Amino acid sequence: MPPQAPMIEATGLVKHYGSVHALAGLDLSVPPGTVLGLLGPNGAGKTTAVRILTTLLRADAGSARVAGADVMHEAELVRRRIGLSGQYAAVDEYLTGFENLTMVGRLYGLPKAAARRRADELLERFDLVEVGRRPTKTYSGGLRRRLDLAAALVAAPPVIVLDEPTTGLDPRSRLAMWDVIRELVTDGATLLLTTQYLEEADRLADDIVVIDHGTAIAHGTADELKTMIGGERIELVLADAADRDGARAALAGVAGPGGGEVLDGATPRELSTAAPDGARSLAHVLADLTARGIEVLDIGLRRPTLDDVFLTLTGHATQDGAPGAAAGSGRTGTRRRRRAAASEEDAR
Amino acid sequence: MNALVRAVRDGNIVAQRNFVKIRRVPEILVAVLLSPIMFVLLFAYVFGGAIDPGNGVSYREFLIGGIFAQTVVFGATFTGAGLAEDMQKGIIDRFRSLPMSRAGVLVGRTASDIVYNVLSLLIMGLTGLLVGWRIRGSALEAVAAFGLLLLFAYAFSWVMAFVGLVVPSVEVINNASFLVIMPLTFVSNVFVPLESFPSALRGFVEWNPVSAVTQATRELFGNTNPAATVPDVWSMQHPAAYTLIWVVVLVAVFAPLSIARYRSTSR
Ligand SMILES: Nc1ncnc2c1ncn2[C@@H]1O[C@H](COP(=O)(O)OP(=O)(O)O)[C@@H](O)[C@H]1O
Ligand SMILES: [Mg+2]
Repeated sequence: MPPQAPMIEATGLVKHYGSVHALAGLDLSVPPGTVLGLLGPNGAGKTTAVRILTTLLRADAGSARVAGADVMHEAELVRRRIGLSGQYAAVDEYLTGFENLTMVGRLYGLPKAAARRRADELLERFDLVEVGRRPTKTYSGGLRRRLDLAAALVAAPPVIVLDEPTTGLDPRSRLAMWDVIRELVTDGATLLLTTQYLEEADRLADDIVVIDHGTAIAHGTADELKTMIGGERIELVLADAADRDGARAALAGVAGPGGGEVLDGATPRELSTAAPDGARSLAHVLADLTARGIEVLDIGLRRPTLDDVFLTLTGHATQDGAPGAAAGSGRTGTRRRRRAAASEEDAR
Repeated sequence: MNALVRAVRDGNIVAQRNFVKIRRVPEILVAVLLSPIMFVLLFAYVFGGAIDPGNGVSYREFLIGGIFAQTVVFGATFTGAGLAEDMQKGIIDRFRSLPMSRAGVLVGRTASDIVYNVLSLLIMGLTGLLVGWRIRGSALEAVAAFGLLLLFAYAFSWVMAFVGLVVPSVEVINNASFLVIMPLTFVSNVFVPLESFPSALRGFVEWNPVSAVTQATRELFGNTNPAATVPDVWSMQHPAAYTLIWVVVLVAVFAPLSIARYRSTSR
C-alpha cells in the first residue's frame, strides 16, 4: 500500500432493506492518521456504513477497502486490522471487564499471558482498574462504553471505527470519552467516527461528511461547515420590547466587519446575531447592554447544531428530532441540560 | 493455521466464557435441571399406576430410559437460548468483527452444552436410582448408553443452534422449541410403550429418532426384557445404529447451515 493511499476508502456503497435505501451510493475516503466524522441524524445510514466497512454486513453494490484490504473478498484481513466499537456496547455482561478484554485478546490470537497483560494495560489506560474485576452487568452506560472501546483496541489496530461513541452518555462521561478518543489519534491510528452532534465532530474530526438518506450531502472541515452555517450566535430575550433599538445597537457592536446582521426572533422581544469571538462577544454585548440600562430576561451563546447544518444544506430540519438536535432555539446551557436529560435513558 | 485447529482453539475460548456465565448465574441451571426431575416424579408416581409397559418390566424401570432421552432433547433448548441471548445482547457482533474462526462461537457453544448435558444426565440418573431404576447391564454398556445420549444431545444442539440464530429472541426460542420437542418426545416410546399408539401414529413413533435413542438406552441399561419382542422395523431392531445415523445427518446438515447463518447474520 503506498503511504498516501487512504486507510478507508468506500465507493458507491448501496444497501437496501426492502424498500428502504439505508445507503444510496456512499463514497468515503480517510487518509492515514486522520479522523473522519460521519455526521447525520438517526436513520441516515451511519450504522449501515460502519457495519459494511467492518465486514459485519455485505453491501448490495459498491466496494470498500480498509487498511489495504477489500471488505468483501479479504474480510479476514480487514478484521485483523480494525477495531470496532459499535453503537451498542458489545461486552459480555457476565464476564468482568478483565475477562472480556482477555477473551478478545485471545480471540485475536494472543497467547494467554500476553492477553492478560494487554487487558491490564487497557484497564489502566481507560481508568477501569477499579471496576475491572467486577462483572460488567454492574457497570454504568459510560463504563460499559469505555470497556467496549478498550476491547476494540486490544490488538492495537491501525484503523478504529466508533459508531456514536458518546450517544446516551452523561456530559461528564462524554468529555472523558472525547479525551480518550483524542489520545487514539495522537497514537497514529486512523479513525472513522459517527455522531449526531456537530459539536462532537467539530472537536474530534479533521474532516466531516454529512450524511442523509444514505448519501453524503456535504463534505469539509469543521471550519468549512461552520462558515457555511455561520458559527456561534448570540441570542437574547428582552424584558421590554421597547428596548429593541438599543439592544440592536449593542448587538451590532460585536457583529464585526462584513457580517453582523442582527436578526429578529420569533417575538418582538427576541434578537440574535453572529458571535465571531464566541464568549468574548457575549461579554461585550452584556457590558454594552448594562451600560445602556437595558434589562434582558435571557441571553446566551448558541452553538450551531446538526439541525442548523441540515437547515442550511437541505432546507429542512432533521426528520425525527434526534437528541440534541431538537428544533427551535435553545441556548447552549439549556441544550446541554436537554442532552443530559436524554442521557438518563442511558443505553442499557 | 488450519481452519479446524482454529475452530477448536476459538471454540475452547468461547466455551470457557459460557462456563463463566453458568458459574456466575447458577440459577439458570436450576429450572432446566429440575424439569426432568419433575417429569420422573410426575410419571413415576402419578401416571405410573395406569401405564403397564408389559413384558414384566416395572414402569419406573421403563420410564427412566425415556426420560434420559427427553432430557437431552430438552437440553438442546439451552443451546438455542444461549445463542439467541448473545444475538440480542450484541456480543455476537463483537465476535463477528474479530479475526476468529467463523465456526468458533458455534463450536464453543455446542461443546459447552455437552458439559451441561453431562450434568443433567447425572442428576437424572441419581433421581432414577432413588425411585427404583437400576443399571442391569454391564458397565461398558452403561458407558455406551451415556455416550449415545450425549452424542444425540450434541447433534440436537446444532439443530437448536440454527433455530437460535434464526429466531434471535430467548422467549420465542423457548416457546418454539416446545412446539418441536413436545411432539417428538410425547409421540414416541418415552412415556408409553410403542404398542399403545394407534396404527396411524405407529410409523412415526417407530421411526422417531427419540424412540430409537430411548430404545437403545433401555437395552444398554438392561431395562428391557430380553425375551420381549421388539417391533419388526429396522429402526427398532437396531436402535443404536439408527440413532448414530441421525447424529451424523443432523450434524452434517445443521452445522454448515448454522455456520452459514452466523456468517451472514445481520443484527
Ligand atoms: N436490519 C434492518 N432491517 C430493516 N431496515 C433497516 C435495518 N437496519 C437499518 N435499517 C434502516 O436503514 C436506515 C439506516 O439505518 P442506520 O444505518 O441504522 O442509520 P443510523 O445509524 O444513521 O441511525 C434506517 O431507515 C433504518 O430503519
Ligand atoms: Mg446508528
